[in-house]
Amino acid sequence: MLRLLARRLALGVLTVILVSVIIFAGVEVLPGDACTAYLERDAEGPILEACQERLGLDRPAYIRYFEWIGAAVSGDLGMSVGGNQSVAELVGDRLANSLILAAAAIVTGVPLAIFLGAVTGLWRDRPIDLVVSTTAIFAMTVPEFVTATVLILIFSVWLGLLPGIVLTPPDAPVAEFFPEILLPVIVLAMVMTAHILRMVRSSVISVMSGEYVQMAVLKGVPYWQIVFRHAIPNALLPAINVVALTIAWLLGGVVVIEVVFNYPGLGRMMVDSIADQDLPTVQAIALIVATVYVGVNLAADILTMFANPRLRTQLMR
Amino acid sequence: MADQAVNPARTASSMRWLIVLKDIWARPSGAIGLSIVTFHILLAVLSPLITPYDYREIDAFNILSGPSAAHWFGTDDLGRDIFSRMMLGGREALIVTGIATPIAVLWGGFVGILFGLIGGRIDEFLMRIVDAFLSLPWILKMLVLIVTFGSGNAVLIPTLAFFYGIPVIRIARAATHDVVARDFVSAAKARGHPRFSIISRELLPNVMDTLMVEGAMRWSWMLLAFSSLSFLGFGVSPPTPDWGLMIKETRAYLTFAPWGALGPVILLSSLIIGINLTADGLAKALGIDRAQKAPV
Repeated sequence: MLRLLARRLALGVLTVILVSVIIFAGVEVLPGDACTAYLERDAEGPILEACQERLGLDRPAYIRYFEWIGAAVSGDLGMSVGGNQSVAELVGDRLANSLILAAAAIVTGVPLAIFLGAVTGLWRDRPIDLVVSTTAIFAMTVPEFVTATVLILIFSVWLGLLPGIVLTPPDAPVAEFFPEILLPVIVLAMVMTAHILRMVRSSVISVMSGEYVQMAVLKGVPYWQIVFRHAIPNALLPAINVVALTIAWLLGGVVVIEVVFNYPGLGRMMVDSIADQDLPTVQAIALIVATVYVGVNLAADILTMFANPRLRTQLMR
Repeated sequence: MADQAVNPARTASSMRWLIVLKDIWARPSGAIGLSIVTFHILLAVLSPLITPYDYREIDAFNILSGPSAAHWFGTDDLGRDIFSRMMLGGREALIVTGIATPIAVLWGGFVGILFGLIGGRIDEFLMRIVDAFLSLPWILKMLVLIVTFGSGNAVLIPTLAFFYGIPVIRIARAATHDVVARDFVSAAKARGHPRFSIISRELLPNVMDTLMVEGAMRWSWMLLAFSSLSFLGFGVSPPTPDWGLMIKETRAYLTFAPWGALGPVILLSSLIIGINLTADGLAKALGIDRAQKAPV
């Protein structure tokens, strides 16, 4: 068990290291560097060389990689190209905003998904299942920007209930994002709920047809006791990984939603910095998002290990 | 005639896909999905012949007009006929994803089968590289390439095909692992068949079904990515009509001319839902469990 845990941790670290190599190599291979982005049309001859010397870009790539990754580990993500600001400072507020958005969506989406997943699994093929499952298919297949546009049309243009766009500056305190944050949270939570509830549903169905549930039925255990004591806890086990994948997707892939609602999160910053060819910022955001992705998946694997009765008893021995 | 007699395997396999198609059609959701996809393909092929207006035709006296007999879905901010533009709006997306999807499935499938066949530590390490690629958000990878090399189809097709082939590696490798331990593969190895012939004659036919389902799903995700890129302003460039781009354009005047968004929203959503329903039907017809699938 401990060996399994250590192995999984080592694989996670290896993946993050590989990601950092890919990010660095990717930026190296692409034409242009921090100097060509900063100098724009003046980027030629002695000016370019002087700039590259000043930023140390004339040194071999592997030295710069170790410098970059070494500094990143200690929290120094370098300087942004445009405003000569530190990337860590720029990214900090945005990351916090994205985390707030994600947390709100997780807090509403996950319980709702487990509830709906259990309901649709227990009443399989009944009207309630058909309605919820069909809605879920719509929510998970229709592009986020379409869902968002339709919701803006309904809730802010026609009904005038909720603001359709966020105007609060990135460094404002959390409270000021209310009620602007509501629509983005609803869109995110919808997509998330749909993915997780499908998983919980199929998992509940397979657990309910398991032998130990039949055994409990034959022993005369009341139906709801079977559902709550035996079926749902076991059904949630395989759902942990989907929740993790969804959360990881949420942190990295909310780009479109953030752009639609003008929400000042990490995703929108990513699009802006790519468009501005602000490579240090792009590298930093990529590294953060990938690390979170690997970390969340790692946490899910470890959680599954501990929640799995067979592995748990092995550990206790 | 002679060809058919010599090659019974080919007839058998095309018969099989016909049966699979019938199986998809037999389910209500599959029938709806197939109809929607067929409708969209027909629309994409025929639309240049049947649109009432040229998609570039500007009517300066009819800007942002509501639905009327002359313009069924109204006009946009340049006075162009929205109905004509939305009929044409899926063509770019279908052409680009229609070329990129098979390439993605082919290269990803081939590499995945190869990894699965190699196995051992090399395979484990190579899969970590695949994981590392997958941990970066798709939009970041795509945008960096598009901003560097431009957003024409010559950039979009290879970029989509490359990045959407990577998750296919995972699927193909897992499917290969299930097959590779079976007796007929060991027998082929023992007989000393070269690696290429083991892949093409023993592994590929057994992994094919999984790859077909995966390809159908990749197609819908690729469409989603393509339209999202257009929406963000990095995909199709104006004046070419595209649903994602049209939805982006209508957002500026959503408060006073919301009808422009309606057509593209319905068409784009229906196409992606149609592909998903077809893919689900295909998975069921081939007996492949796709329920335990997460995003990404």
